[in-house]
Amino acid sequence: MSIRTVTFDAIVVGGGGAGMRASLQMAQSGFKTALISKVFPTRSHTVSAQGGITCAIASADPNDDWRWHMYDTVKGSDYIGDQDAIEYMCSVGPQTVFELEHMGLPFSRTEEGRIYQRPFGGQSKNFGEGGQAARTCAAADRTGHALLHTLYQQNLKNGTQFYSEWYAAELVTDARGHAAGVIAICIETGETVFFKAKATVFATGGAGRIYSSTTNALINTGDGIGMALRAGVPVQDIEMWQFHPTGIAGAGTLVTEGCRGEGGYLINKDGERFMERYAPNAKDLAGRDVVARSMMMEILDGRGCGPNGDYVYLKLDHLGEEVLHSRLPGICELSKTFAHADPVKEPIPVVPTCHYMMGGIPTNIHGQALRLDGGHQGQAEQIPGLFAVGEVACVSVHGANRLGGNSLLDLVVFGRAAGLYIEDALRQGMDQAEPNSDDMDRAMARLRRWDDSKGGESVASLRKELQSTMQNAFGVFRKGDLMIDGVKKVADLRSRIGEAHLGDKSQAFNTARIEALELDNLLEVAEATAIAAEGRTESRGAHSRYDYPDRDDENWLCHSIFDPKTKQLGKRDVNFKPKTVDTFQPKVRTY
Amino acid sequence: MKVSIYRYNPETDREPYMKEYEVDTGGKDLMVLDVLNLVKEQDDSMGYRRSCREGVCGSDGMNINGKNGLACITPLSATAPGVLEGKKALILRPLPGLPVIRDLVVDMTMFYNQYEKVQPYLQNNTPVPAIERLQSPEDREKIDGLYECILCACCSTSCPSFWWNPDKFLGPAALLQSYRFLADSRDQATDERLGKLDDPFSLFRCRGIMNCVSVCPKGLNPTRAIGHIREMLLERAV
Repeated sequence: MSIRTVTFDAIVVGGGGAGMRASLQMAQSGFKTALISKVFPTRSHTVSAQGGITCAIASADPNDDWRWHMYDTVKGSDYIGDQDAIEYMCSVGPQTVFELEHMGLPFSRTEEGRIYQRPFGGQSKNFGEGGQAARTCAAADRTGHALLHTLYQQNLKNGTQFYSEWYAAELVTDARGHAAGVIAICIETGETVFFKAKATVFATGGAGRIYSSTTNALINTGDGIGMALRAGVPVQDIEMWQFHPTGIAGAGTLVTEGCRGEGGYLINKDGERFMERYAPNAKDLAGRDVVARSMMMEILDGRGCGPNGDYVYLKLDHLGEEVLHSRLPGICELSKTFAHADPVKEPIPVVPTCHYMMGGIPTNIHGQALRLDGGHQGQAEQIPGLFAVGEVACVSVHGANRLGGNSLLDLVVFGRAAGLYIEDALRQGMDQAEPNSDDMDRAMARLRRWDDSKGGESVASLRKELQSTMQNAFGVFRKGDLMIDGVKKVADLRSRIGEAHLGDKSQAFNTARIEALELDNLLEVAEATAIAAEGRTESRGAHSRYDYPDRDDENWLCHSIFDPKTKQLGKRDVNFKPKTVDTFQPKVRTY
Repeated sequence: MKVSIYRYNPETDREPYMKEYEVDTGGKDLMVLDVLNLVKEQDDSMGYRRSCREGVCGSDGMNINGKNGLACITPLSATAPGVLEGKKALILRPLPGLPVIRDLVVDMTMFYNQYEKVQPYLQNNTPVPAIERLQSPEDREKIDGLYECILCACCSTSCPSFWWNPDKFLGPAALLQSYRFLADSRDQATDERLGKLDDPFSLFRCRGIMNCVSVCPKGLNPTRAIGHIREMLLERAV
């Protein structure tokens, strides 16, 4: 079977903040670039980011220093964030945030006319010695929306070629594993096309939909991770999933950490501000992993709120109507809609909810995807033609726990960095990998499998079962025997999903086919997560085990690497060599 | 409860039709999107767009018992009297006035074209400073109620003027964005922007019907923004 081929210098898969920052960079330099997105770009999940973008622009505090931000980020990562990458992100950050402002992003303002910054969790001045910092640049509580629309507008201005509502189904590689482009489906017509490019940039976002309860959009199905794993590309630290402390109980929708930044706090059924017990200094603004665990302990100890005692309250009413309506207008709306609670008068019921994938495709600071070169711990080689930026990537700036406000910074810093690198590489001449017909057949196999399916279980029921398996065995607290059981269940689901049935085989805007293809990706992410979580025999950051309650720096001060070919977990060295500052040595992590 | 949904698949249907579904909501006041998801579990051929499921991405604009809105933040109790209790059917149709691709999915090309026409990006040719451009909180406040638009098209597709002239009248969503940049103290293209609106159709086809205001799921007011642009055009003319 031959399919239509379209050729570009570079393609970007995903129209969120990272993808559109990368495409903007390349469009400005005049290279032939396509952006492929399964939704119209402003429907991407970046739009849901609320509280802001953390960066030392020295507005709230004229003496602020990116090195302090770096210290916080290294500590927040529980010391498995790569210090060269964190150094790059924090030092380049101010320039990228100013660029966003110059593009028109409607930041909130201070009386001096500068960008408004609010306190967020895990922030400090003077390397943890100077108290709470206010470092998160905000556009009210709609920063992601403002950022995403601004980037879309700039891409329009600069003539980026958009393929909106095109679904990238498979990465095409040649016999050497070099990336040659992607197979994508036009959702409107059902046409399948080979997008051939010298550089393929994955900016496909996260995969929170592997859990039943998540703040993530319905589209967050880990498509980039699925495509990478099927092509033999490894993933790193994929056991590290962030549970955001404040998802609205029942609905799962996000309530920004900015609420606590503005002075809100959590209470248990006795009305006690319990974070004072768990984190005496930072209290409600400790790291997200710490706050989420503390909330779960309160609930498990019988101090949860509500008829079933299965959530706690986020109290905001003491901030007053004016602050709530000017600083947190979106939260007031969301709370009324999804919790039937007006924060001006009553607290919001909240529970830790799956929010962010710290792991992903390992990359260097230019976004180049990496694979292990054959057994030596820490030795990685670049995969020619393949790049990853944003949540799908693991640079790693977040390590075992991401700080609030660092994801938007990650998107724009590394989207831009990949764009700059590719521009330069294209100028110097990049090779185009040439897939043969076997390579193309391999990439088309999965599409054919679903289209040829004649009977079997439904996509919706298998998806539900996968999600509840992950929710039960790989949540905030994890336990060896439950995880071993979870790994087995996921393996069983793999064989059943391989036999599942696609009922609707039509061409025009067939969302059933897209959901079937997404289920394959959810499965890939879930399997890697399960095996990696069971394999990391320690507790670090977001990965917290009853059977291994302590951090084990002797054995696990390293990245985990999941190899899809062997389904084994390997290790890779963390970078402790920043270029311009001294190494931050691992310490006991308290807030 | 009963759900009646507009169905059309261009490959198999000669014309659109309404299809009835029986959905068990357990009496809960679900969001319309939750009900649609339950329908899709019964019938995977059901086509609709959705993404964030919290009213910020603008994917699932549709016509719900006669009124445009976002399925994900419209509870059954807010659709029409009797729907929640199961006495009356939930009726879902695609946004009016745009070509239907399939079921509840409309072709939004015309809507996006009008958005692009207003040059929806900041224009400022002065050299960029080393830090951000300064803007007072008062100036920043002038774009509140404008920048929050999510491009869901509920407003433009409820506007009779847009139904008649979707190619020539920009429609409330695009005009709201036009004013978002006219009102931004950092933008310098005011005269050029106004010049492009000064014809009988682009803006002046707005008849102040205000359907846009009554359906906007974000509580924005395009009619007021259009009024401000009219004033600016008037001032520019004298």
